[in-house]
Amino acid sequence: MKSENTGGTILREKREATAGFDPEAIMADFPILTRKIGSNKLVYLDNAATTQKPTSVIEALNSYYRVMNANVHRGLHTLAEESTAAFEEARRKTALFIGGVKSEELIITRNATESINIVAASWGRKNIRRGDRIVLTEMEHHANLVPWIALSKETGAELAYIPIDSQGVLDLENIDSIITDNTKIVSLTQMSNVLGTINPVEEIGRIAHAAGAVFLVDGAQSAPHMPVNVKAMDADFYVFSAHKMLGPTGIGFLYGRENILNSMEPFLYGGEMIREVRYDYADWNILPWKFEAGTPNIAGAIGFSPALDYLNSLGMESIRDHEKKLTAYAIERLSEIKGIMIYGPKDIESRGGAVSFTHGEIHPHDLATFLDSRGIAIRAGHHCAQPLVKKLGLNATARASFYIYNTNSDIDDLAAGLAEAWRYFGHG
Amino acid sequence: MGDNLDDLYRDIIMDHYKYPRGKKKLEKADVKNEGKNPVCGDEIEVSLKVNSGKVEDISVECIGCAISVASGSMLADAIRGKTIDEVKKIAANIKAVLIGEKAEEAVELGDLEALEGVNKFPVRVKCALLSWTTLIDGLEAWETGEGKNGSTTE
Ligand SMILES: Cc1ncc(COP(=O)(O)O)c(C=O)c1O
Repeated sequence: MKSENTGGTILREKREATAGFDPEAIMADFPILTRKIGSNKLVYLDNAATTQKPTSVIEALNSYYRVMNANVHRGLHTLAEESTAAFEEARRKTALFIGGVKSEELIITRNATESINIVAASWGRKNIRRGDRIVLTEMEHHANLVPWIALSKETGAELAYIPIDSQGVLDLENIDSIITDNTKIVSLTQMSNVLGTINPVEEIGRIAHAAGAVFLVDGAQSAPHMPVNVKAMDADFYVFSAHKMLGPTGIGFLYGRENILNSMEPFLYGGEMIREVRYDYADWNILPWKFEAGTPNIAGAIGFSPALDYLNSLGMESIRDHEKKLTAYAIERLSEIKGIMIYGPKDIESRGGAVSFTHGEIHPHDLATFLDSRGIAIRAGHHCAQPLVKKLGLNATARASFYIYNTNSDIDDLAAGLAEAWRYFGHG
Repeated sequence: MGDNLDDLYRDIIMDHYKYPRGKKKLEKADVKNEGKNPVCGDEIEVSLKVNSGKVEDISVECIGCAISVASGSMLADAIRGKTIDEVKKIAANIKAVLIGEKAEEAVELGDLEALEGVNKFPVRVKCALLSWTTLIDGLEAWETGEGKNGSTTE
């Protein structure tokens, strides 16, 4: 009986490893992961900054320029028809990916940053006045901070912040005194790029809407790592970047509720975004093109399609599970190392795979340089969240962040490197 | 970057990083300037006492990475007792070493030569430069009588 049991367990584990999620097999789809840094194999743990690209994405970019290159929505020839169809197909796929929004509601931008700027400039200038309030959280990336600071400077509207507690979790205790009746917009990240915290966006969305505010969710860190449903969270705007989810750089998205987008003025003016132009007159194209002036990043959008296929074939639930295991293992291994202090929630359910830490008195930049000499790529600095890092009482942190091709072995390498760094920088 | 880590963190640099010199605050400083690299989070304060054209005493307080701390500590050692003119020449030499160029007027750098390894790590040059830029900006402001408030190398 006993031996049978063990055999069964091993068999089951084996089947799960191969049938489910197999990072070793996934790795083979990412050419960059075979390169060396000096004499070491690359261990890429800077996925919150940008992820690597699978062969299918690289090939799609290449093949677009080889066989399809043409401007979109303009030509009446075969190439233009094909590129327009592929470009719009990428939009449709993306709209499905975030929970089945309408294609008209999904604007193709350069990145999450541009998407937020469109909202702040176009919706913000029209709807925000002195005496109004803009609500953010203390954990926002500069992309969801600086456009609002600028808008507040311009309009005289006030900024208010939902605070974080000592675990790096939003403290909603006094939320009613923060999201007040004069609040016009509540804009927050779904997942912190520094702390890893996953925020209760549904709950905050309900409070925002009850106060009559518009609700923006920054999905730059969540869309790549967990199932996302924009409708379920009832977001009025949702923004994210393709490059953080296997896609090319220079492609991002702005989802906006149709009636709100229709009420907004364009952000940029020029070709594509117009319907009729006379010397003294212009009117605007319909959604989504009203917000897409000029020739877009056609190759980038088309290259994003296979990235979505890749994520869909793995399944976002499985990706989230894989990262939960990696994150738990990372927290366990790093906690054993003398000198390491980890920031953000320890509970795996309420966090994603961006793990920030400090290592005694060693400056994070020295750590990053040291680890790089062993082929390990991490991020060090303020992660474009200066106020948050200052709030943690720091000038900088080191951050390891994971994705589908990472394994426990990468984390072992990181842990070994960190233990070695402790000795190298003079702590015995 | 790759494997030449020990070329960056040479023994002399690690010694200055672990035991920084010139950290004690000056009672009354003639020259004072602060440097900050907000992207890195490095912060430094350089103060000098000047007597008959010479650096009589110096204090360097730095919170930052090994390179910026060591560079500041080496600076404190190197310029004590030097004339203002000599200090400027040393600083110009250090700048040249860091960006891999030849200085107009070469001077003996001694231990400071150890900073040479930094030029293979372009992103770290600004760390090594912070103390020197802060010093020179401070000196120039003092000479011209303009209040200089804050330097950066980012
Ligand atoms: C939470 C969050 N929001 C926004 C951004 C901005 O993304 P991008 O630089 O692609 O515009 C990032 C990127 O680091 C992020 O982590």
